[in-house]
Amino acid sequence: MAKYLLLKHYRGAPAPVNNVPMDQWTPEEVSAHVQFMHDFAARLEKTGEYVDGQGLSPEGTFVRYDGEGRPPVTDGPFAETKDLIAGWMVIDVDSYERALELAGELSAAPGAGGKPIHEWLELRPFMAAPPVITE
Amino acid sequence: MTSENSVTSMPAEVNEALIRSLAPSVLGVLVRRGADFAAAEDALQEALIEAFRGWPADPPRDAKGWLTTVAWRKFLDASRAEAARRRREGRADEEPAPGPAPSVDDTLQLYFLCAHPSLTPSSAVALTLRAVGGLTTRQIAQAYLVPEATVAQRISRAKRTVSTARFDRPGDVATVLRVLYLVFNEGYSGDIDLAAEAIRLTRQLAAAIDHPEAAGLLALMLLHHARRAARTAPDGSLVPLAEQDRGRWDTAAIAEGIEILQAALARDRLGEYQAQAAIAALHADARTAAETDWPQIVEWYDELAALTDSPLVRLNRSVAVGEADGPRAGLAALAPLDGSLPRYAAVAAYLHEREGDVATAARLYTEAAAKAANLAERDHLTRQAARLNTRRRR
Repeated sequence: MAKYLLLKHYRGAPAPVNNVPMDQWTPEEVSAHVQFMHDFAARLEKTGEYVDGQGLSPEGTFVRYDGEGRPPVTDGPFAETKDLIAGWMVIDVDSYERALELAGELSAAPGAGGKPIHEWLELRPFMAAPPVITE
Repeated sequence: MTSENSVTSMPAEVNEALIRSLAPSVLGVLVRRGADFAAAEDALQEALIEAFRGWPADPPRDAKGWLTTVAWRKFLDASRAEAARRRREGRADEEPAPGPAPSVDDTLQLYFLCAHPSLTPSSAVALTLRAVGGLTTRQIAQAYLVPEATVAQRISRAKRTVSTARFDRPGDVATVLRVLYLVFNEGYSGDIDLAAEAIRLTRQLAAAIDHPEAAGLLALMLLHHARRAARTAPDGSLVPLAEQDRGRWDTAAIAEGIEILQAALARDRLGEYQAQAAIAALHADARTAAETDWPQIVEWYDELAALTDSPLVRLNRSVAVGEADGPRAGLAALAPLDGSLPRYAAVAAYLHEREGDVATAARLYTEAAAKAANLAERDHLTRQAARLNTRRRR
């Protein structure tokens, strides 16, 4: 019973094995990829391990406080950031090993030529509730 | 006072606790009447939801009778719908065989079934909370911060897994206790108080089975629950045991925990929950942190280490050794342990500070904060590092 974030990057992660940009795939390959993602989420819903999944637009803005009475300062889009998050899936599983297994399966989503992308996914544990018994 | 007045003045939570406490026995009746476990559990869940909705305004005179009648009706409705569906699909001959009639105590068998060793911990927890605890799927989902559909799937899969398990065979007490321990120790405090629920279910189990470890677990829960009000400051930050306002400990819960523990220990069948409860009892017994009987706590950790051989027990033992024989002895006890253990850096930081090595302690507190598995501990450890770093700059 631990939650993990599977984080997918537009950029910032090491290069995948099957490193062909999506706009260079055939339309059928794009559809197959999208279908794989849907099926993966649906399977986790059935196993009772699914919590959430969202995609993020690559467009975004940095915002910061600029002092009392001033509008916030904005900057962007993130032209110079190295790391750009594409989306995430949150799972609730019984062990770290199970989280690794699922992340590995998700990384095998098909890409160019219908072959697995071998994409690097970031696996991050959620902070849990503090346990009652610690001594 | 008219009955109507007494009804409207009855708080809803009293009703809910009553409704929930009836869940296992009603489920037992349904199974005894021939319903299979999975269908009976679904029917009970529907009846419970109806009761939660209707009883606060219109409580029945015979609560158990009402729940049994409604759950049985739900079961019959579902069976008829299922039979009709099978007929439509030309599979009328595939009627399921009636479930076996349970012979011994229904409630106890239910605990064993819901914590069946073939289930994963999260499935066993969800099924136990619903079938034995009488919680709704939604309440369980809220308590664990997962979608309701996820919990529903977990429960229906769990029921499929145990559907082949015999309902009349004694199960494994250790797995039941493990599930209840998990309910007590892990989960978020939302509308449902999981710790209180775990105590209620463990109390019910300890009454149904003659087992010193069931009593030990109940004592352990009561003794830790007794400190709950003192464990967190108003801003939500953790208050370490040594700094807790002991006047805020629940003395009734402590007294009950100690009494249950002593009766269990007298049986001379020591187990890990009794040993853990003994350590909690020694803390509860001390009027001030300085009066804590650390040498005896070290002895109990030795017992616990012999029972479980857990590296986490040895880690906690080194803290106790540090208190009993000084920080240098504590660090010596810590030295052979694996540095990647959770809380290793936090324990090392504490012992180094007590020994006077503030620089090392500050560095280790920072390291411990980065490794913390929850926000309250991370913030606490960060404050410790900040405190020492500020002192060093002066």
